[in-house]
Amino acid sequence: MPAPDPHILDRRDAIHQALAAVLPADGLITAPDELRAYECDALTAYRCAPLAVVLPRSTEEVAAAMRVCHRMGVKVVPRGAGTSLAGGALPTADSVVIGTMRLRDVLELDLESRFIRVQCGVTNLSVSAELEPHGFFYAPDPSSQLACTIAGNIGMNSGGAHCLKYGVTTNNLMAAKVVLVTGEVVEFGGPEPGAAGLDMLGLFCGSEGQLGIVTEAILRILPRPEGARPVLIGFGDAVTAGECVARIIRSGVLPVAIEYMDESCLRAVEAFARAGYPECPAVLIVEVEGAPEEIDHQIAAIREIAGALNPVEFRESRSEAEAVAIWKGRKSAFGAMGRLGDYLCLDGTVPVSKLPATLKRIGELSAQYGLEVANVFHAGDGNMHPLILFNANKPGDLEKAEAFGADILRACVEAGGCLTGEHGVGIEKRDLMGAQYGPEDLAIQMEIKSLFDPDWLLNPAKVYPLEASAPFRAGKGGAA
Amino acid sequence: MIRHIPRSETELSALIAHQHQTASPLVIEGGGSAGITGEIGGEILSTTGLSGVVDYQPGELTLIAQAGTPLAQIEALLSQSDQCLAFEPPDLRLVLGTMAAGPTIGGVVAVNSSGPRRLLSGACRDHILGIRMVDGRGRILRNGGRVMKNVTGLDLSRLLAGSHGTLAVLTEVAIRTLPRAPVSLTLAVSGLTPTAAQALIAQALATPWEVSAAVFHRGRVCLRLEGPGPQVASRRAKLLRLLGCEVEELEGEASRTLWRGFRDLEMFADQTLPLWRLQVRARDGAALAQRLAELGGEVLTDWSGGLIWYQGAADPALIRSLAPSARLIRRAGLSTARFPAEAEGLGRLSAGLRQVFDPAGIFNQGLMGGSMGAADAD
Repeated sequence: MPAPDPHILDRRDAIHQALAAVLPADGLITAPDELRAYECDALTAYRCAPLAVVLPRSTEEVAAAMRVCHRMGVKVVPRGAGTSLAGGALPTADSVVIGTMRLRDVLELDLESRFIRVQCGVTNLSVSAELEPHGFFYAPDPSSQLACTIAGNIGMNSGGAHCLKYGVTTNNLMAAKVVLVTGEVVEFGGPEPGAAGLDMLGLFCGSEGQLGIVTEAILRILPRPEGARPVLIGFGDAVTAGECVARIIRSGVLPVAIEYMDESCLRAVEAFARAGYPECPAVLIVEVEGAPEEIDHQIAAIREIAGALNPVEFRESRSEAEAVAIWKGRKSAFGAMGRLGDYLCLDGTVPVSKLPATLKRIGELSAQYGLEVANVFHAGDGNMHPLILFNANKPGDLEKAEAFGADILRACVEAGGCLTGEHGVGIEKRDLMGAQYGPEDLAIQMEIKSLFDPDWLLNPAKVYPLEASAPFRAGKGGAA
Repeated sequence: MIRHIPRSETELSALIAHQHQTASPLVIEGGGSAGITGEIGGEILSTTGLSGVVDYQPGELTLIAQAGTPLAQIEALLSQSDQCLAFEPPDLRLVLGTMAAGPTIGGVVAVNSSGPRRLLSGACRDHILGIRMVDGRGRILRNGGRVMKNVTGLDLSRLLAGSHGTLAVLTEVAIRTLPRAPVSLTLAVSGLTPTAAQALIAQALATPWEVSAAVFHRGRVCLRLEGPGPQVASRRAKLLRLLGCEVEELEGEASRTLWRGFRDLEMFADQTLPLWRLQVRARDGAALAQRLAELGGEVLTDWSGGLIWYQGAADPALIRSLAPSARLIRRAGLSTARFPAEAEGLGRLSAGLRQVFDPAGIFNQGLMGGSMGAADAD
């Protein structure tokens, strides 16, 4: 991270006073011990307490805080629940964190138009809980959904296990109320399907806090399916498992989720959760939805496809308890890996046909670096989640794990994929952006950033390599 | 009229760089089926020289094609693997009275062209995985890629979808394909007022039976079920029980023909009258449809109330006051702007984005953005 601006640090008290003047007393945190709670997100290897934390209760309070920061030239770090795995909410010492967690109201439910309008500090899961009595749900389901906020979901364009069928946040978002860096409030999209002008909403979603802070959103909602049932399929090797995924997709059956676990992951899960998974190198969990007879029809089709590939095991769930048992291991995978030590979780994505070759490459890199890696991921859309195990207390191990991770992500890009499928770039993949995009591809993105945020005050030092962004941050980027 | 037909991205880049330096405007044209070519000033830039499917992987639900590839060619290729573009892009040649060769995939993306199935499967912009483009300075740029999930950097793929050629010239698109439903079934209920139609549609769409399209036209609601045979059969039975009224059914080719008609707006072929497209909150669709019908003319309500097509002679100012999103699709002599004016903050950001992508303002001058108004062109 760049060195903090000494002029800002010197004006710490004046900045606190200016914020206090426009915010209620409980909406501003300045005490050093309380600021520590905001020093990192879920990428805990990096920590830095901010200058202050603002916790507004309304769009107006967000705008007031933004105006103060803009006037005084102070950087702003937007924060949802702090569950980013990419350091998306990591503060700098000279920044003010604006957290959305107190923006918690449900503003409107329009079942006839099938949307819900919320303040963006509501958690992802609470939106679906709100909808449950009406028979509806909100589709994107990142695994942190118990904690993560809609603001964070929009900022990072979050996905989840079920996006194979339902898409990611950008496909389920109809409108956003956004506070720009100047404190001006604008609305992107609306309650009608699709905007008449440029798709600002599409541009904003996933912009990682670079363009503004979202305070309210209209989310598309869907009727709850009548039921869902998983099957578990074990294979003798990764290539066959990968082939099974491609054949299922090509067949016209569209499962809501296809999850993959490799041998290392299965071993850890078995030791931790005793899920009773078969002992084999690759397991798929395929979930289908619908009425009971529709589920039977889809599972029969999947059984036929898998059967032709000689699976080690094909396990069907015939009851709710059996369905829970199939998901148990997958859902405890991260917890199980956490018991083995510290880990880095990446989310590079590759075309489905390149999954086996990429897994092989990850295995080779694992041997080369001498660090264990476990693979558990959303196979239907090629969104991998290699977990690199390391020991944070061992000097040099984190750096080694990071170098290993960078090599994996480069391999994903070389296979025709991308650096990040759902976690975002943050600081974690910032310096790898050049592996995916050329200098001009990045330049146009930074020119857009400069349009929204000319002084580069929003979520500093994230997403774009510092060297590439230097001329823009100095106000000299753009038009050649 | 000068017409440029570059044969490669590099050739296109050189051409645009030159136009940029001389601030010479260009009209971006795919298949020419949008019917706007004649009303924007500048030399024509046709993308038809950049044509061909680059890659198609049915097992990955991924198609990559050069922007000038005819939509018909892509749909024929996909159907060989029983796949389709789920957003059902329309062909508006009949409506716009153009004799052009038909839409190109680049044109489809540039106008975010989406048919009745948008209700269930999302718009064109929801299916784009990545793009290549040349901006207004001639820079060759990439965004996104070819995978379903990609949050690497700013999402310019969605921004370019629906930008109507005002930001950059698309040269290649990667797009998501989906399995084509083997069975199509339509359930139609007649003799309904707009309000009763709206209630019936809302009832059907609150179920998990995945009604893939819902329109209201001339007193009749049409609901479409698509999927594997057994699934459609069981959903049909449940939907019939729920509706509990007299229902007309169309299957197979009859159902497909009906929806092709709604998709391509066959009921709006009268070239002497303007055609408007209005987007509103779905719940407000019935009242607006009623109001427009009273003004005299033909009305079709799609996307369960969210999209209304109006062919008629009503006063443009009145139409825009009824739905600020109203867009003029066919002029029929009207000189008003095609696109609505934007709210102040939004308009400034839109103008700023155009400045970033196209600093000399050479692409499709005045088509979007309100201030200049295509009105001045005719």
